[in-house]
Amino acid sequence: MALDSDSDIKQFKIVGTRPPRPDGIDKVTGRARFGADVTAPGMLIGLVLRSPHAHARILGIDTSEAEAMDGVHAVVTRADFAEIEDDDYTADILDNCMAGEKALYDGHAVAAIAASSGAIARKALKRIRVEYEPLPHVTDVDAAMQPDAPVLHQERANETVPPDMGGNVMARYEFGHGDIEAGLNKADRVLERTYRTEATHQGYIEPHACLAQVGPDGQADLWCCTQGQYMVRDTCAAMLGLKQGQLRVTASEIGGGFGGKTTVFLEPLALVLSRKSGRPVKMVMSRAEVLRASGPTSSTSIDVRMGMTKDGRITSAFAELRYQGGAYPGSPVEFGAMSAFAPYELENVKTIGWDVVANRPKQAAYRAPGAPMAAFAVESAIDELARGFGLDPLDVRLKNAAREGTRASHGVTYMAIGLEATVHTAKNHPHWSAPLGPNQGRGVACGFWFNFGGNTCVSLNITPDGTVNVLEGNPDIGGSRASMSMMAAEELGIPYDKVRTVIADTASLGLNDVTDGSRVTFAVGLATIEAARAAKREMCKRAAMVWGIEEDAVMWEDGAARPAGPNAGEYPPMSLAEIAAIASNTGGPIAGHHEVNAEGAGVSFATHMVDAEVDPETGAAKILRYTVFQDAGKAVHPDFVEGQFQGGAVQGIGWALNEEYVYGEDGTLQNAGFLDYRVPVASDLPMIDTVILEIPNPGHPYGVRGVGETSIVPPLAAVANAISAAAGVRMDTIPMSPPRVLLALRSG
Amino acid sequence: MVQVRLWGSLAAAADSRTVVEIEAGTLREMLDNLAEAYPGLRPQLDRGVSVAIDGLLYNDTWSTPIHEDSEVVLLARLKGG
Repeated sequence: MALDSDSDIKQFKIVGTRPPRPDGIDKVTGRARFGADVTAPGMLIGLVLRSPHAHARILGIDTSEAEAMDGVHAVVTRADFAEIEDDDYTADILDNCMAGEKALYDGHAVAAIAASSGAIARKALKRIRVEYEPLPHVTDVDAAMQPDAPVLHQERANETVPPDMGGNVMARYEFGHGDIEAGLNKADRVLERTYRTEATHQGYIEPHACLAQVGPDGQADLWCCTQGQYMVRDTCAAMLGLKQGQLRVTASEIGGGFGGKTTVFLEPLALVLSRKSGRPVKMVMSRAEVLRASGPTSSTSIDVRMGMTKDGRITSAFAELRYQGGAYPGSPVEFGAMSAFAPYELENVKTIGWDVVANRPKQAAYRAPGAPMAAFAVESAIDELARGFGLDPLDVRLKNAAREGTRASHGVTYMAIGLEATVHTAKNHPHWSAPLGPNQGRGVACGFWFNFGGNTCVSLNITPDGTVNVLEGNPDIGGSRASMSMMAAEELGIPYDKVRTVIADTASLGLNDVTDGSRVTFAVGLATIEAARAAKREMCKRAAMVWGIEEDAVMWEDGAARPAGPNAGEYPPMSLAEIAAIASNTGGPIAGHHEVNAEGAGVSFATHMVDAEVDPETGAAKILRYTVFQDAGKAVHPDFVEGQFQGGAVQGIGWALNEEYVYGEDGTLQNAGFLDYRVPVASDLPMIDTVILEIPNPGHPYGVRGVGETSIVPPLAAVANAISAAAGVRMDTIPMSPPRVLLALRSG
Repeated sequence: MVQVRLWGSLAAAADSRTVVEIEAGTLREMLDNLAEAYPGLRPQLDRGVSVAIDGLLYNDTWSTPIHEDSEVVLLARLKGG
């Protein structure tokens, strides 16, 4: 049990148990209010006109005919937004929300309409005349780097890019140490291979949706599904020229985000339409719009050179990673380059990353951004070398595993880490020794992610009847309301069902960073515990007042204030409810607060094991068995930790087997729907088994470590290694869809 | 003096050094003095960095202490999903 020195808890009673989630009944009965469920009197419906071209100059937009239609209350184009001159990051988000001089991808927004009904809005969209000058386009990352490729932006490359690179290369990153060539010379075998991954979407069930209401006094309200209401507030305020305090943003329930809701798409359009029309405006994306115009992850092309001795020691490792991030700078290639070899202790290691733009939607974060693709390449290479020498792939990973004191390829020397523990646990698990049948193979892979903390603000209010409300500012994606209630109840010494946690709007709490980076259970949990401790100190003070003794003569134990020792006097304990009942008589309401920029989050490792079967007639692969081994620090609510492990594995399986953005020769997306963009469903999958390791994080009062992202890092490689073993041919491109596997079988 | 490790592509902006020595007692002093000593690093510092100090990751807290024997590593600004 990991507890810091400020704790008065002797043993966890609630943390580590599995109580029902407070939002469970609402979600299974349809009572929960998601983004599209919010309405307002006099509400208009907003729709977006999108470019049919992959790359085109916008010569003119005539909205007059649409504006003249009955029922149309506002039409907006880029001309309705002030240009952002001093902030390229926000300027790119604005350009992605509403195209300026050029449409940069199929589906890029060029105009938006607010009308009294969806039917009128749809008709009005057809009355907007856009004059385009189609331009040559490029959607493939390697093609985009060619010297003769169509160029999306002029002079956007930063100072790290050599002048002889193509015009679509935006940034270069390099990490590592040692001498690659010298290391390769010590190897018994050197593997060189290029790996490719396609862009995938986060695939959240709930499309983007919002309702905006801007008053004539400039006060604005926005309800939306997002991973971060404060991010929405700050970004939209910058785009609309509002003061942040004038715009209140309320996050709805969220039907998945996985990183894709860490930016804005519709929200600024709805606000401008509302400001222009003077009416509330609701906007909801269709699934096709979600796929065409919200942010998928990068597609990648990665070269690996790796040397290994015949006893499994990696002597040298090099990777050159090329990630296209859609039409704007900012692919997560730096994280791919930093994390690619992070699980290993390597004397000679180097990565080079290239950030590339192409005529695709602006990429958005997706769970451990950039890491799964890099792990696919590196873990596939390790597997191929290990199998080539007839070595146990887990033994090879253990032989090269990073541990405390290892200097990682990104330069950091690790503190105590849990990688070896996950590999040892995997090796001793019954899954590892279970028999395989014909056309079946088993794959393993390791993965790493950083995790972080960030700005966090929590209020904890003691009500007069002794129940407790916790206010946090992060949308609950993975069960955080239950986890916060559990940590508050644990710290206060009261039952879990006495605590209710709610998600505050931006006017009710100070700044909270986005729900990302696996930060919420770590950082918001830390703030919740500290807020509870502040409330306890106040309650001890109130008891001291009642008893007429010094404050420091009172302690908190098992949900009650008690005299701290025999010298304090003999008084019966005062429970939280008893202190709450007389709060008006002892100084007024009791609350605890904590505000922090949580730093010092611990890194995280996982090992995945998967069995797959390949049908040699069709190339179809089936996942037979899957086990996740990951360190959680301390699992506050093990159901949710297991859910994060399982969810990451399932999304990784979809990425590995089927999901991909398919572009036609004209640069338009060919599969903008869930019939043709195939995410795995329950019937495609076995039960995903999980093994939670608990190696406490010293940076958190209860030892908690973020778990939300690491679980998507190993699956691409683990599945590829299983299918390669089953098929007897190395799969170096994902998704490993049946036609691709069949082709590999026939040519291998 | 504190030794600060730069990632490879930043070395070009710091006289080809992957490790530079900076006078600093806190995170803010380290970043300020780094930009002053090596102006070529300023574009990346303005875009944002994370800093690993003795193996733990920090983003913003200016007062974070740095000791002379601390391991300090600049990292690309961390983001999550």
